[in-house]
Amino acid sequence: MGSTSAENRDAQGVGRRDLIKRSAALGLVTVPTMSFLAACASGGGDDSSGGDADKGTASKTNPFGAKKGSKLDVVVFKGGYGDDYAKAWEASFKKSNGITSTHTGTQEITGKLQPRFNAGNPPDIVDDSGAQQIKIDVLYKNGQLLDLAAVLDAPSVDDPSKKVRDTLIAGTLDPGVQEGKVVALNYIYTVWGLWYSGKLFKEKGWTAPKTWDDFLAVCQQAKKAGIGGLAHQGKYPYYINVAIMDLIAKKGGIDAVKAIDNLDSKAFVGSDAAQAGVEAIYEVVEKGLLMSGTNGLTHIESQTRWNQYQAAFITCGSWLENEQLKQTPADFEMTFLPMPLLDGSKMPFEAIRAGSGEPFIIPAKAGNLPGAKEFMRRMLSKEWSTSFAKEANSLTILKDGVDASVKLRPGTQSTVEASKAAGDNTFRYLYPDWYSEMDTSIQNASNELMAKRIQPKEWLKRCQAAVDKQAKDPASKKNRHE
Amino acid sequence: MRTGQHRFVAGFLLVPVALYLIFVIWPYIQTFGYSLTDWKGQSQTFKFVGLDNYKALIHDDVFMEAIWHNILFLIFIPVITILLALFFAFMVNAGGRSKAGGVQGVAGSKFYKIVYFFPQVLSLAIVAVLFNAVYRSDGGGLLNGVLIKIHLVDPNNPVEWLNEPNMVLWALLAAVVWHGVGFYLVLFSAAMQSIPRDVYEAALIDGASRNQSFFRITLPLLWDTVQTAWVYLGIVAMDMFVLVSSMTQNMGAYGGGPDHHSDVMSTVMMRNFEYFGKSGYACAMGVVMLLLTLVLSVVMLRATRRDRVEF
Repeated sequence: MGSTSAENRDAQGVGRRDLIKRSAALGLVTVPTMSFLAACASGGGDDSSGGDADKGTASKTNPFGAKKGSKLDVVVFKGGYGDDYAKAWEASFKKSNGITSTHTGTQEITGKLQPRFNAGNPPDIVDDSGAQQIKIDVLYKNGQLLDLAAVLDAPSVDDPSKKVRDTLIAGTLDPGVQEGKVVALNYIYTVWGLWYSGKLFKEKGWTAPKTWDDFLAVCQQAKKAGIGGLAHQGKYPYYINVAIMDLIAKKGGIDAVKAIDNLDSKAFVGSDAAQAGVEAIYEVVEKGLLMSGTNGLTHIESQTRWNQYQAAFITCGSWLENEQLKQTPADFEMTFLPMPLLDGSKMPFEAIRAGSGEPFIIPAKAGNLPGAKEFMRRMLSKEWSTSFAKEANSLTILKDGVDASVKLRPGTQSTVEASKAAGDNTFRYLYPDWYSEMDTSIQNASNELMAKRIQPKEWLKRCQAAVDKQAKDPASKKNRHE
Repeated sequence: MRTGQHRFVAGFLLVPVALYLIFVIWPYIQTFGYSLTDWKGQSQTFKFVGLDNYKALIHDDVFMEAIWHNILFLIFIPVITILLALFFAFMVNAGGRSKAGGVQGVAGSKFYKIVYFFPQVLSLAIVAVLFNAVYRSDGGGLLNGVLIKIHLVDPNNPVEWLNEPNMVLWALLAAVVWHGVGFYLVLFSAAMQSIPRDVYEAALIDGASRNQSFFRITLPLLWDTVQTAWVYLGIVAMDMFVLVSSMTQNMGAYGGGPDHHSDVMSTVMMRNFEYFGKSGYACAMGVVMLLLTLVLSVVMLRATRRDRVEF
């Protein structure tokens, strides 16, 4: 299971956040050329390791010896999910452990934290997400991340006889793995695929398609009805890759996923699954079944058009509902749909890309390591997971982690059902977390494909070239999707 | 007395010079240092790699293409902005029909001056938002909306202005020019107003047309101001970060699409610096940008040097 960069950013419901951030934040950078140089420079800093100065006595209920009266420096990405959930946690942490938190909710993770990492005085726990997240692979390579094994092997808050690790949904730790170590806790449980409006489908008498042919048929009917078949968030080609890569995974099975993650020399060129997947998407383009203008729209523009019934389907992850809360009509019935199947697919229709996003990290040089570890352990309790679901309207990676009293919205509810139906049939790409540059090249190729400037054959060639280039980097030998 | 004066001057200069050294010169030197390392951006551990980053830079097609885009901007942004600003400034100051009273602007010139200046008070971020709405790729965009209304564009295939390799740079250019013309119009107007009226009047009496009085009188007397404008606009052209990163198709981060057709040096640099974690490499790009900017400023000042006319 893997997450992609945009997904990390989006997994938090980044939508609105992205738009505002991308325009507004960029405005802050209105500097003439030369000040970029200054951006490169940093102050000096020492490389001393993290502090245990705040260590108290360890006990069964306090396995790390978090010290009462100590301070915890919490930095949370304040995007589509807001930061109220974190404030609720911090209040609860003060009650249970007597530790006061300094709370920072921000969109400028890089701007605020890069100098602190470089100077050796990072915060204690960080929700490192959003468009301005510091990439996890980058932080890891700089030796800034704590191996989270200690937290994961500690007793769970809800059931001390179990390790925290065993209370989580299978596979959700994977995207936080770098070179075999879990260094980021991807806290939100996310599924990816297609979405449609239950209301629109009922009105038009369409049924949710299970095969690619049925999908194309619905798109054709949509076209006849004067709207688009498939919408995607073209300005960020990350999104159309959700569809393309899902088709490839389901057609070729988990081997096709691993071939790409493990930089196989036949990951794209010479892979029947890859060819079938990209040709299927190209058929949508060629037959004019895309929503008009969708290639150039931002995610918010595109998703809002879809909310206005201008397209039958859109590709996205399960943050979509939260992101579109304000734009979604009350009777829209947002519904999740696993990617329809191509002929001869190795995975069943129910199979979905599923996994976790919104990486929380503990800096290796954090001042209050015991406090940070205890905080993270409590994040994985039913109490905190429920308060997250309440404040942020999303599921966490804790198994059965939402109290029955919380009523979910229709879209989120449909993802719960889809996850149940999928069972163990979930997959996830890891390459976007490992190889930002290769991911970018593949996204770039997809953007050209959707604009009909290249054909599927050229797309495969470009993607394979990106894979081959990455494989030449000796550092890539250390990552392996088993 | 002399030493006292020196001390007095030095006392005033000490603080600004120190600030300049610490916050401008020292970061440049540091950047150059980092450009010789494999620094990954988030810690102070790195290896010295000599000139490897610079060698890699020469083979980086994306960066090389980005330099060409900057050069393209460097040619067209100043030329178009200055020509338009000069034209408008001449019209609002001296372009009106001559009456017995002498030289004046076209009717309503005061009003125009204010209107032209409006875009300048907007921050670039807002300009980006505005032009995103103008260039929006479906019928909701201003351009597409109008073109669809007058049946020049098929509503099912609207023009994706910012997703067309051959159009995206010109679309950005239009936004920059729109934003800049007003300021230079005011700048040139101020300079024009300092040109003595009797010079124009003398020309009028000698039977000079509008064109003649513009090319023979206004332009030569404005040359200093034009030169300054050229340098400022050159710096704008070497930057372009805000508009590219917030308007164009996303290439991982900081815009630059489609297929790097709108990437400029600053966006490629920031993408490498933050998103790919190749910070040492990005610093090498920064140093190249600095050198190019310096060389261009010097060339520009030399090339536009003229004898100064006293009046």
